[in-house]
Amino acid sequence: MASDVIIVGGGLVGAALAHGLVKASATVTILDEGDLAFRASRGNFGLVWVQSKGDGMAEYARWSRQSSDLWGDFAKSLGEATGINVGHHRPGGLELCLDQGEYETYATSIKRMHNQPGVGENDRRMIDGDEVRRMEPNVGPEVVGAAFCPYDGIVNPLYTLRALHQILASSGADYRGDHRVERIVPEGTGFRVVTARGDFTAGKVVLAAGNGSPGLGPDLGLDIPIGPERGHIIVTERTRPLFNHVLGQVRQTDEGTVMLGATKENVGFDTGFNLEMMRQVASRAVRKVPRLKTLRIIRSWSALRIMSPDGFPVYQESEAFPGAFSVSCHSGVTLAAAHALKLAPRLLEPGFNDHFSAFSPRRFDVPTTA
Amino acid sequence: MFQRLPNLIRKPISFSFEGQEIEALEGDTLASALLAVGVSSLRDAPVSGTARAPYCMIGVCFECSVEIDGVSHQQACLIPVCQDMDVRRQQAEKEAGDALGG
Repeated sequence: MASDVIIVGGGLVGAALAHGLVKASATVTILDEGDLAFRASRGNFGLVWVQSKGDGMAEYARWSRQSSDLWGDFAKSLGEATGINVGHHRPGGLELCLDQGEYETYATSIKRMHNQPGVGENDRRMIDGDEVRRMEPNVGPEVVGAAFCPYDGIVNPLYTLRALHQILASSGADYRGDHRVERIVPEGTGFRVVTARGDFTAGKVVLAAGNGSPGLGPDLGLDIPIGPERGHIIVTERTRPLFNHVLGQVRQTDEGTVMLGATKENVGFDTGFNLEMMRQVASRAVRKVPRLKTLRIIRSWSALRIMSPDGFPVYQESEAFPGAFSVSCHSGVTLAAAHALKLAPRLLEPGFNDHFSAFSPRRFDVPTTA
Repeated sequence: MFQRLPNLIRKPISFSFEGQEIEALEGDTLASALLAVGVSSLRDAPVSGTARAPYCMIGVCFECSVEIDGVSHQQACLIPVCQDMDVRRQQAEKEAGDALGG
């Protein structure tokens, strides 16, 4: 049962890390929950999104951009290995504004990010309503402008997850579904991971269990300050392709359905519905794109984001028990390429915390001065 | 391909599909009535334009969308067939939203 690395969590973060570790010739066991797990990988919007990421943390803006830049080849490699087209496109993205206040909010964010080192504002710029309608003829007259970023894109997260698991299965990784981890015991130079269906041992262990990670952290000396944030998604029936770019809250799939988002609520692990917020989502979507009005809604759901206090990722190696890591982030889709190709190899080398110091949870320990 | 169970005792009715008269039995769903007479192409996919047939038959997949008495995007697998219904294939160019003219 011994392997080099045990990954706790088989969602997009865990599967991407496992894929990267296997590519780096490590032996990997993935311990996953069952069908009833809270699984952001299956509930999300499927954006590979750059433009709003890293306002307040230049390293996160650069990391998101790096992953976006890697995604094209990453998607191609997934397709070549599995025959699954994961539906990655990077036509650039628009966040539509329905009033001047929203426009100013985005414009101010761009100015702040422009002054950050590295990738700055990621070439995001404000455009007026008429230019938006020239780019997107289906956008309605109420839209006063938009923030446009050329590096925004989409991918199908379900096909991505399936492709990653197919690769893992064919490359010798040991995937165990329905193996909820109960606790983890540091033992000798490695770790013993206890599940109801047996114990597993490895030299290293990585917590990538989304909102399930914080409960496992204390055993390993890891403080993981994240929690659930509920979001709703509404899906319409299929219609013909409506857009040339990706719209932040109105995202058409390759199959033709239109996904509408997004809400943000802190309601713990409640995945119920807030109908008033869903009405607002639908109403705003129709104001942005009037022709959505006659489309029927065929599905809706709520899911839980994995959110840190500042919204940025939390990556760390335990100082008390080196070899134990936690990798937590909201953007498991956008960051999948960077997690597989850039982060995973670092798990096998010394100096993880030095390399990812910006993403350490220590940033939350510093008291802010007035 | 599909055959009715023998000895069904239900009232015969008729409706039209693309202008052609179709015989059915009261209590059939529209999709099953069409499949029973060998009609499986009920719509064109809006993205690829290819013809589609009823698939899940339980209201989930929306592959069986048709136009009934002038109202588009009806799920044929969920709607009981009625005497003299006027049913048309759901055309891709008649997708919802076009009526608004952009």
